[in-house]
Amino acid sequence: MIEVRKLIKRFGLKTILRGLDFHVAQGEFVVLLGPNGAGKTTFLRILASLSRPSLGQVVIAGHTLPVQAAEVRRTLGVVSHQPLLYGDLTAEENLRFYGRMYDLQNLDARLTEVLQLVGLEHRRRDLVRTFSRGMQQRLAIGRAVLHDPEVMLFDEPYTGLDQDASAMLDDVLRNVAARGRTVVMTSHDLARAEELGSRFDVLSRGVIAASCLQQELGSSNLLTFYKQALAA
Amino acid sequence: MNRAAPRRSSTVAGSFLRAVGAIAWKDLAAELRSRELLSAMLVFALLVILIFNFALELDVKTRATITAGVLWVTFAFAGTLGLNRSMAVEKDQGCLDGLLLAPVDRSAIYFGKVVSNLAFMLIVEAIVLPVYSFLYNTNVVSLGLVGVILLGSIGYVAVGTLLSSMAVQTRTRDVMLPILLFPVIVPVLVAAVKASSGFLQGLPMNEILPWLNLLVVYDIIFIAIAFMVFDYVVEE
Repeated sequence: MIEVRKLIKRFGLKTILRGLDFHVAQGEFVVLLGPNGAGKTTFLRILASLSRPSLGQVVIAGHTLPVQAAEVRRTLGVVSHQPLLYGDLTAEENLRFYGRMYDLQNLDARLTEVLQLVGLEHRRRDLVRTFSRGMQQRLAIGRAVLHDPEVMLFDEPYTGLDQDASAMLDDVLRNVAARGRTVVMTSHDLARAEELGSRFDVLSRGVIAASCLQQELGSSNLLTFYKQALAA
Repeated sequence: MNRAAPRRSSTVAGSFLRAVGAIAWKDLAAELRSRELLSAMLVFALLVILIFNFALELDVKTRATITAGVLWVTFAFAGTLGLNRSMAVEKDQGCLDGLLLAPVDRSAIYFGKVVSNLAFMLIVEAIVLPVYSFLYNTNVVSLGLVGVILLGSIGYVAVGTLLSSMAVQTRTRDVMLPILLFPVIVPVLVAAVKASSGFLQGLPMNEILPWLNLLVVYDIIFIAIAFMVFDYVVEE
């Protein structure tokens, strides 16, 4: 579903990604781990077509970036630590706006469906600026799944969430994964990553330094694998 | 769950226009609720008009030749406030990424913002004009003047929207926009002032027409340039 070959990203003289290779099969839930500044967000922004690669090839759902960026964007749902929502619009108006941007049909029925999925049906007519951080993040997920994308990208979605909101987000993420969607998520929360992910990749010094399937972890936990990957 | 599908009958042009409409609707709906942008533009415009009125002791003849400049300086200053604010809302809340993630030609984002910025500008102008007419004792009821204001505003907003999407990516965006914008809009301001002054003084049409032509050509050229380069301006 996602094929990345020899990806290089430079900002001026600084090289962030150094020939990164990355492959994700359909239905996989890949958690991308790595220290701050490793390039996780930069990598996700390239996958999301928000940033152009300096060199290398990125193919998502059979479409090549940046040439077929519009086709790629139609297959993607993106959730970052910012909700990408308008505070002066209601929850319903925000989703309706994004639905129109994606040119969706049967929008009214779809809005109700998505608001129920993220548990915000009762707040649909409230302004987003009155929402808690957790509710905004749930609505952000609603925005991202509105067009039923094949691939979901989550950039540290737990940032700033309390325990209850994080648990709610867990449920929504499990729901998304259970529908067979391909998921790539960056996170610093190893316990949560271990619970949700089917594969764990460690991004360090601009490349994927180590990769491990959930079943390969065995008796050792993700923290041990992560430390070993960074030490190598 | 029903699978969400794009419109089957959707054409590229149809999707493009729907995206333009969606962005304009979103901006207008948000502004009608908050009134942050319009109130700032309006208060600023009225203050500028008032300050010029007190600062310039004009006789009747001089007034007819100078006040068109006052009018356009007011529009330009107030417009800068609006353009800055309109793009800052997108950047501060990360919503620009949300727009860029939509599977539409990115120039649709530009045209959507142009439509909403133009609407804000025209609303402010419609309120400022009667005040200007009262303070400067000038008759502004003229179809020609309305046409000049429309053409001038289109040119101003077309360039301003493009440059504000560049300026908003910088740390000094509030200062950066006027520095980038004012040199580029000199032709549109000169033409708009000359044409407005012509209509206010009741000059013959053959003296005003060259300035109107300049406004039309400027509008077409800069809309075309923005259409071609907006994608590169907003991408990292």
